Amino acid sequence: MRMIPGWPVHTRGLLADNKGPWGPSGGETPSEGEKAPPPSGPSSPWASPGTFTPGGGNRQIGGLDDLIARSRARFGGGGGGNGGAGIGRRPPSGSLIAWFVGAFVLLWLIFTSIHSIAPEERGVVTQFGRYSRTLGPGVSFTLPSPIERVRKVDVENIRNIDLGSVSSETLMLTGDQNVIDIAYSVRWNVRDPELFLFELQNPEQTIQQVAESAMRAALSATTLNEAIGEGRADIEARVQENMQTVLNAYRSGVVIQGVAIKQADPPAAVNDAFKAVSAAQQAAQSDINQARAYALQLRQLSQGEATAFDKVYEQYRLSPDVTRRRMYYETMERVLQSVDKTIVEAPGVTPYLPLQQTRPPAAALQDPPAQGTATQGAGR
Amino acid sequence: MSFATRRPIATIVVALLLLFTLLSSVSIVPETRQALIVRFGKPDRIYNRYKPGQPIGAPGAGLAFRIPFVDDIVWIDKRVRDVDMDRQMVLSTDQLRLEVDAFARYRVVDPLRMYVSARSEDRVGEALRPILGSELRNELGRRPFADLLSPERQGAMENIRSRLDKIARQYGVQIIDVRIKRADLPDGSPLQSAYDRMRTAREQEARSIRAEGAKQAQIIRAEADAQAAQTYAASFGKDPVFYDFYRAMQAYQRTFVDGGKDRPTNLILSPQNEFLRQFTNGGGR
Repeated sequence: MRMIPGWPVHTRGLLADNKGPWGPSGGETPSEGEKAPPPSGPSSPWASPGTFTPGGGNRQIGGLDDLIARSRARFGGGGGGNGGAGIGRRPPSGSLIAWFVGAFVLLWLIFTSIHSIAPEERGVVTQFGRYSRTLGPGVSFTLPSPIERVRKVDVENIRNIDLGSVSSETLMLTGDQNVIDIAYSVRWNVRDPELFLFELQNPEQTIQQVAESAMRAALSATTLNEAIGEGRADIEARVQENMQTVLNAYRSGVVIQGVAIKQADPPAAVNDAFKAVSAAQQAAQSDINQARAYALQLRQLSQGEATAFDKVYEQYRLSPDVTRRRMYYETMERVLQSVDKTIVEAPGVTPYLPLQQTRPPAAALQDPPAQGTATQGAGR
Repeated sequence: MSFATRRPIATIVVALLLLFTLLSSVSIVPETRQALIVRFGKPDRIYNRYKPGQPIGAPGAGLAFRIPFVDDIVWIDKRVRDVDMDRQMVLSTDQLRLEVDAFARYRVVDPLRMYVSARSEDRVGEALRPILGSELRNELGRRPFADLLSPERQGAMENIRSRLDKIARQYGVQIIDVRIKRADLPDGSPLQSAYDRMRTAREQEARSIRAEGAKQAQIIRAEADAQAAQTYAASFGKDPVFYDFYRAMQAYQRTFVDGGKDRPTNLILSPQNEFLRQFTNGGGR
């Protein structure tokens, strides 16, 4: 705020000299409008955009009015020559026009020579169209508009270009002549704002075309299986590298920060066949698992049985006969306990055995034959 | 001054005229453009002409002066521009078709030549577009299909670039780069047959995976069987006679006791049975 009074007054003096050429060219400011300062507005405290109408009523306007009044007093006192006389003759209208023109020129000077550059931006200054310097973040001063212009470029912001979408098919050919449906995105930002502004006609479209080209080249060097499987990271790296090389060759001033493959799938038309492969893989794996389970089980079982036999055999060797008989009787005991028994006294007797029918009343039939045999046995 | 006060309107007209003349005698040449000054239709001089390797900000851009109403300024882009080719059908030597989409990047390096041969850089682009297409078709058409997929490797793109560059030089234009953006199978039968091939290849793969799995499973089982047999033989082989007896006892147990629980067995015994030996001979030996 402190330094402003000196500044405009100074430029005002400058203006008095060059009134001819620069005054009317102020009328061109609308076309200068694309040049950023007025709309995006210096957020500095001494001026706010849209205060071209003096009735703005802002606090700052008061300050400006004072300032103009002061400089007008000085102007009126000093430059009595031609203008003073004209104004003096028709005080109301003449002074009003001078006022408007003065205020307009002042505002225009302020807007076009003070630039506040955001931390993520760089200001590329051109002097009569020729590149002169690049401004860093912060408030910077340049010569007013037709002489020097500033174009702000966002260099930190990482921009994103999406190529192919997950919802629709973007088909590309792989090296083994298969078709892949791919969606990917490219992240980039500006490294050299001046190259970015001055070297390419259409930087964003260029980046997109280069991305497509690099992706196609990378895919044509891999197989489908690699592309849908573990080869993705490799492809991403290759695309990034390739893009950077090409964009450097174009002197684009762009850095590719990364390439991300969001989707790499077989096309929908053959997707079922691919699913069948993974189903087959599952099936094969489960076959193998079952076999492993069987093997494990069988091994344990055989070892168990062998060990059991070994134990018994050890005992058997100590007293073979007794063990053998004991085992025989014990087994037979258990067997005969649980079966229906019929003892037939031998030759000549052919027992009638309706085997199928005896089953239901088995319990009832159990006794008589047993008794029979018992008597027969006893009778012997 | 006295004239100005007496004839204000004339003064304003004269001032405006002066101003207009002054303004139209000075132009700002930006970094992105080359300015060709044409005097009565005859090219006279060039401001901010492209020179290879010149850094940005080097003398060139800046103010350009001209004589009003005599000199005309023709603006010509200094930046790298692109020509996006129409899709092109390429027939490979093995009679397969491929749809190719390519782009070329160029820069006007000789504004004067460009101006006399094409008038504007857009028209240069229009002129180059079909040439790029035919160069691409000619170059790629000399290759088998498999090579078309990665023409970068065989230097095809560099060939196209250099040949296109030769033609472009006639327009004062330098071709910086030619690249294939897309290479696709045409819709319809070529794409369909590619799908069929992919599908059958997958089916084959699926079957072989299944078969491989079955094979491995069988081997695992057989190995286990063999190992079990070995374990059994090592153990039971110590006394085959006793094993015979031992196993028989186990078999009886399992058959009649464990296996006969829900379906009792009928057993008809003869008194001569070994089990009934004591039973019949009354305890005598």
